[in-house]
Amino acid sequence: MPTLYQQFMQSMMPILPEAIVIIVGLTVLVFDFFIEKERKSLLGWYSLAGITIAAYASYTLMPMSGVFFGGTFHFDPFATFFNFVFYIACGLGILVSINYLEVEDIHRGEYYALMLFATSGMMFMASAGDLIILYLGLELMALSIYILAGFMRGSNRSNEAAIKYLILGAFSSGIMLYGMSLLYGLAGTTNLSGILAFLRVADLSNPVIFLAMIMLTVSFGFKVAAAPFHMWVPDVYEGAPTSVTAFMSAGPKVAGFAVLLRVFLYTFEPLREHSTAILAGLAVLTMAVGNVMALSQTNIKRMLAYSSIAHAGYALVGLAAGGPDGAASVMLYVLIYAFMNMGAFGVVIMLRKAGERGEEISDFAGLGKTNKTAAFLMLIFMFSLTGIPPLAGFIGKFYIFKSAVQAGLVWLAVAGVLFSAISAYFYLRVIMVMYMHEPKESIELSSAPSLALALAISVTAVIVIGVYPTDLLNYARASIAGIM
Amino acid sequence: MVNQVIFFYFAVVILASAILTITQRNPIHSVMFMLLLFFHIAGVFVLLNAEFLAAVQLIVYAGAILILYLFVVMLLNVDRESTAARANRFWPWMAGFGVVIAAEVILLIVRGTFPSEAGQQPMRLAGSGVKELGELLYQKYLVPFEVASIILLVGLVGAVMLAKKRASD
Amino acid sequence: MLDMNQLLHYVYTLGIPVAVLLAFILANAVYLQLMERKVLAHMQGRLGPMRTGWHGLLQPIADSVKFLMKEDIIPAKADKWVFSLAPFILLVMAFGSMVIIPYGPPTDFFGLLPKKVPLWVSNLNVGILYVLAFSSVGTYGVIMAGWASNNKYSLMGGFRSAAQMISYEIPMAFSIITVVLMSGSLNLSDIVNAQTDRLFIVALPVGPVAFFLYLMSGIAETNRVPFDLPEAESELVAGYFTEYSGIRFGMFYMAEYMNMIVVSLLASIMFLGGWLPVQILPHTLGHIAPIAFINKLLAAIPPTIWLLGKLYFFIFFYMWLRATLPRYRYDQLMSISWKILLPLSLGTLLVAAGMKQMGWL
Repeated sequence: MPTLYQQFMQSMMPILPEAIVIIVGLTVLVFDFFIEKERKSLLGWYSLAGITIAAYASYTLMPMSGVFFGGTFHFDPFATFFNFVFYIACGLGILVSINYLEVEDIHRGEYYALMLFATSGMMFMASAGDLIILYLGLELMALSIYILAGFMRGSNRSNEAAIKYLILGAFSSGIMLYGMSLLYGLAGTTNLSGILAFLRVADLSNPVIFLAMIMLTVSFGFKVAAAPFHMWVPDVYEGAPTSVTAFMSAGPKVAGFAVLLRVFLYTFEPLREHSTAILAGLAVLTMAVGNVMALSQTNIKRMLAYSSIAHAGYALVGLAAGGPDGAASVMLYVLIYAFMNMGAFGVVIMLRKAGERGEEISDFAGLGKTNKTAAFLMLIFMFSLTGIPPLAGFIGKFYIFKSAVQAGLVWLAVAGVLFSAISAYFYLRVIMVMYMHEPKESIELSSAPSLALALAISVTAVIVIGVYPTDLLNYARASIAGIM
Repeated sequence: MVNQVIFFYFAVVILASAILTITQRNPIHSVMFMLLLFFHIAGVFVLLNAEFLAAVQLIVYAGAILILYLFVVMLLNVDRESTAARANRFWPWMAGFGVVIAAEVILLIVRGTFPSEAGQQPMRLAGSGVKELGELLYQKYLVPFEVASIILLVGLVGAVMLAKKRASD
Repeated sequence: MLDMNQLLHYVYTLGIPVAVLLAFILANAVYLQLMERKVLAHMQGRLGPMRTGWHGLLQPIADSVKFLMKEDIIPAKADKWVFSLAPFILLVMAFGSMVIIPYGPPTDFFGLLPKKVPLWVSNLNVGILYVLAFSSVGTYGVIMAGWASNNKYSLMGGFRSAAQMISYEIPMAFSIITVVLMSGSLNLSDIVNAQTDRLFIVALPVGPVAFFLYLMSGIAETNRVPFDLPEAESELVAGYFTEYSGIRFGMFYMAEYMNMIVVSLLASIMFLGGWLPVQILPHTLGHIAPIAFINKLLAAIPPTIWLLGKLYFFIFFYMWLRATLPRYRYDQLMSISWKILLPLSLGTLLVAAGMKQMGWL
């Protein structure tokens, strides 16, 4: 006979990883009081240790699978896969932050706590079995990141970014809630499985169903930065502290795709033909806007912002293709994207030294001569973002387009390839500036062990996944099996 | 029948005061209409046999949040706020766009059906519903409930972090 | 359509109780002012009003006539609507909370009535929350009055009131929740009945602490000495109602006394057992003959008299405080609430919850 305490611990098992992340976040807030200003990086390493422990907990709990807390919480391989991506995004995000915060003189404990809270929000989103927890997880993530975006209080650009993100985020949350309330009115439940059961027997000519679906699409479109809901992205990415931008471009976007996958491929499965049309249209528009607008950018952060829009477009292609293959390709893609984007931002952060911004593309001039390692890393990440074999970015795009072709969306795959070709121009321009232009002045890069570690992990992952993608793809396929 | 008349009254006042809240030039008047709005929303809750929610609505929204709004609004320069331009020259376009979207949404909802039983009938509870609500919050919706508490904590941390004066500033 | 019987039913269950309650409130509001003047005067070694009627007994009537006859001035630069509305909000909210309070168990008035009638207008299941809600909305009257007067003293008064309300509402709510936890109900009658065994004020260890917290924040919520900063006469003339005159000024006065009544009634109901008779240690010394006799006598007093007795004890306590204590400084006011009362109330709630879980409460 287990005691009450054991019963309690048993019932809390499914949220153990989330609980670890939250508890570490809370303790960071407490420790912050006792750690003097010069040693705040300890908190960063402590948070990183917390993330590692949470990852280990997720790993040991992997055999467990099921629905908990009255259907509101899924603990399944799908959620676990995304949890790993979030650990990676958060871990790399912390690594690239430690030195950057020092340089910007905004090293405060709240930063890591907010990052951990945002991560736990993403994890709840990926595990959501109910619209309510889905929404609350999203708000937890979004609220933390609004604050992180405005973390440089003295900088007008940072404030602008925070305000813009907050207002548009609140607006999209409103649309999402409206869609959710319509769904509740239709199905009489907020449970994702309950809604699926309703849709299976529902009269699909009821226009309210589509209204609800479109509203959810719009609001998630905001979160993953799909066109035409991308207006906030360039300004927010440019204004926010670069380390936050790096985290923001990986974490929330991946969380958005986790939710999109769960909602569109699982709950809205009976609406398949209609949702495919919407998602495919969205994908083309997003790829077009992202790639075309990136061409004329001179600021590296803005360029990467548009590039992240474009990459959301590629992932949407996989989503539109649907099916286990499509879903697995999207999951693989967001994982790869997290690595290569984090890496690219890591190099941008290297250029940031006290007194210099290092955010213009022209600041990269001659990097190939003055700092060969940094330039080479940037080259790898840019090649990978373009999708040049044998790097990971190519693998990601390859499986996405392959699943689109298999799903009969050949035109979509062709469009994707064409836009990838366009993207080569602005990615390769960075490389050209680095290797062909003369250095303006001698640039001294900031080198910190944390940043070096982050870059080493990213570049290794980009190369290794590019060469041996099979295991990872099989893992993604196995993860998706539970919900499709 | 009587219930419907009462509901109609509440609905009309809610809509009217909501519109007045956003159209008033004087922010204090906006807050006043918002108070009226909260009261009538509480009335709708009572009509739905959700007495507890009605009380909480008043305590939390009218009693705490709106007072805080009022506090902030009173610190603003009301004269300047009420004479400043409220929209740029594109507003007719935006209003037109809004009307089109709203018409579309209304049309779709009117032509659609809501087959579910939920929301058609007020709840039938033995007592005040507090017990039932507590059981829901601490059992089925335990995780969302706890997540909400973390959200509030994040809001708190953010407010303190962004607004607090520091020695270095 | 309503038939005659139904109409009569409404008259009996709503009309008469509301009328009786209104009369009670008016009489109280008018005569509590006299009581206050008398109590203060005697505490300060004076006599107070003596001229109008026997020992000034007709003074309140004269005052009321004066309020009604005086000109109702609205300052030219004031926000007319808000200015005129503010006293009504205060008054209506104070009255709204009194409607929910039970003034005694159902009674047939010693056989005068054919069947037992309830001594309340409405017995809501979440009564205590409604009282809380109405009292918190009442603050709007104060803030609106302060802002609409377009006078810096009034505005300062309004600000202070808003800050004070926000700060003290939290410990107040926590102490009320402690009581709710002990009684297991939000219904005021049930809370009274739950104290049949022992009054919550002696329910050690949390009862006295919660009582103290409630009383402190109740005094602050009603803007009375020593927390009367919103109307501090030595700093702000008369605070938020500086610009008011005539009947509207009278309404502020009335509302203040009504709020005192509400807070006192709640304190009596939640901690002193409402209409239940006070007994001298019934469980330990109750078997000793003289004490048992006294207890029997105490129990013979009608319930409503008990409630009113407790009510006027608290009212007297208010006045006593006013005669005794100096006013706090504003920053002291804030630190009392946030640094002492709030942690204390949270701790009390935690202890109460733990004891409830263990079955010790």
